[in-house]
Amino acid sequence: MRHRSDILNYHLMLLPGVILLIIFSIVPILGNVIAFQRFVPGKDILKQQWVGLDNFIFMLQIPDSKQVFWNTIAIASMKMVLGILVPLVFSLLLHEVRVGWFKQTVQSLVYLPHFMSWVILSGILVMILSLDGIVNQILILFGLDPIMFLASNKWFRHIIVWSDVWKEFGFSTIVYLAALTGVNPALYEAAEMDGASRWGKLVHITLPGIVPTIVLMLTLSMGNILNAGFEQIINLYNPIVYETGDVIDTYVYRIGLVQMQYGLATAVGLLKSVVALILIAASYRLAYRYANYRIF
Amino acid sequence: MVRSQTLPSRMVDLLIVLVLTVSSLACLYPIWYTIMLSFSDQAAANAGRVWLWPVGFNLGSYQIILEDAQFFKSFGISLERVLLGGAIQFILTVMMAYPLSKEKDQFPGKMYYVWFLIFCMLFSGGLIPTYLTVTNLGLQNSIWALVLPGAVPIFNVILLMNFFRNLPKELSEAAVVDGAGPWYVMLRMYVPLSLPALATVTLFSVVGHWNSFFDGLIYMSKPEYYPLQTYIQQLVVRTDPQFMQNLTSEELIQMMKVSNKTLNSAKLVVAMIPLILLYPFLQRFFIHGLVLGSVKE
Repeated sequence: MRHRSDILNYHLMLLPGVILLIIFSIVPILGNVIAFQRFVPGKDILKQQWVGLDNFIFMLQIPDSKQVFWNTIAIASMKMVLGILVPLVFSLLLHEVRVGWFKQTVQSLVYLPHFMSWVILSGILVMILSLDGIVNQILILFGLDPIMFLASNKWFRHIIVWSDVWKEFGFSTIVYLAALTGVNPALYEAAEMDGASRWGKLVHITLPGIVPTIVLMLTLSMGNILNAGFEQIINLYNPIVYETGDVIDTYVYRIGLVQMQYGLATAVGLLKSVVALILIAASYRLAYRYANYRIF
Repeated sequence: MVRSQTLPSRMVDLLIVLVLTVSSLACLYPIWYTIMLSFSDQAAANAGRVWLWPVGFNLGSYQIILEDAQFFKSFGISLERVLLGGAIQFILTVMMAYPLSKEKDQFPGKMYYVWFLIFCMLFSGGLIPTYLTVTNLGLQNSIWALVLPGAVPIFNVILLMNFFRNLPKELSEAAVVDGAGPWYVMLRMYVPLSLPALATVTLFSVVGHWNSFFDGLIYMSKPEYYPLQTYIQQLVVRTDPQFMQNLTSEELIQMMKVSNKTLNSAKLVVAMIPLILLYPFLQRFFIHGLVLGSVKE
């Protein structure tokens, strides 16, 4: 009977975690019914007035939502492309270096911003990008006019995308560097015998060797096409740049928790969650099929 | 490997080293600049005379922080959430990863739990329903609002589960023959054997708790309950929409112009210190952790 008591203990071990997940994940998921209600705070959720799809219809009618949607896609897709390209190029360059200590030092330096929160990095960015900040001082030095970067619709998306690259490119190189060490050294030796140039080795051996990793990172990043980076944008944006920088998550926060339109905000959030679920499931499926990747 | 030592090839090497050096220094410069500002004279900082080293070295900003009772309080709340939240996540991660690492014939119900975890990981309730759930439980202004909603780090559970699966089964089988129960095997064999993996997931938790600000912002109604990141967000970054909606564009631009650079820098630096202290460990274990996540049978 030993086996049966073991199984009982396994269930007991899982119980506390499962209870917490039910309370803080499953209950909120069920709580999405308020997307179909005219929700008045303070009243029982079952006694709210049901309005069917009104919130969703209203959402499609207001001009904000279209803009917010395009801002999200624009920012997220720029991040997706650069988030793969920059670390890839950086790791290829780093791979060419044979001096061990130099490689290690560079790696240790570039990981650092990854561990900082967006609150801290935004604090730094606000300071260096302000009118009397260091970037504008350099502009003035070259005789250019200072720019209010964080209050300019021309610049805001670039700031968001490139500061995200700054924070994450170093850490993302880990994956590519790991893939690069997996390329068979015998291939390089054979190529050198045949007199292959450095560029030739890069194009014909190194790149093909890490294509599976690139494909994997690309498919996995597709699940994030609706995530433009909430913590980053909420710390950097302001009403002047809503036009180019307001994204779904910040919009949900504002209409929901600031303006208290719970029903509408939940409807927007629910739509996002459903689309995101489909995208993530699809990207995992693709990653499994083409790169043999699985999380379990 | 034989390296060709032709002149063009060496030029390329030099160019690569140059590009890498410049980009990694550029990567670090904003952080360095902030540290230098925090030690500089306020007038020099505002006049933009600080570039590489402190100008008019002084600790005035840090003295102001020392007198800021709220800063310390928030620092304390952050430490509390790191310790409490980290401990809870640690315990739950081990307790969930161990049974899930068993084979299906040893634990027939396993797949139901795995699918439940996948579902919870992929589908989130969204901001508003989660907020309403937490507030309906009466957790506002309590440390539990910062600790309980994310108490089960599903990704960490998966990492550790994969690690447990790769431990030699003979060990636990031998212990079972000697009459050890599952709790004993988990605590006395699996936990000691997976210290590097546990360090990795614990560091994930600690950094996550230390860095999060948004839960503090929405669940805490008064600044005295704010964790440090929320406090800094409100005072240094300050982009509270409610506050900003009532400002005209001119006022907003004015607000961005006027700021106490040296004091703000010092606050940012103090908030960075714990991470910089942890950084050597982070590097070692995070990279280890990424490798660990990919180990599968």
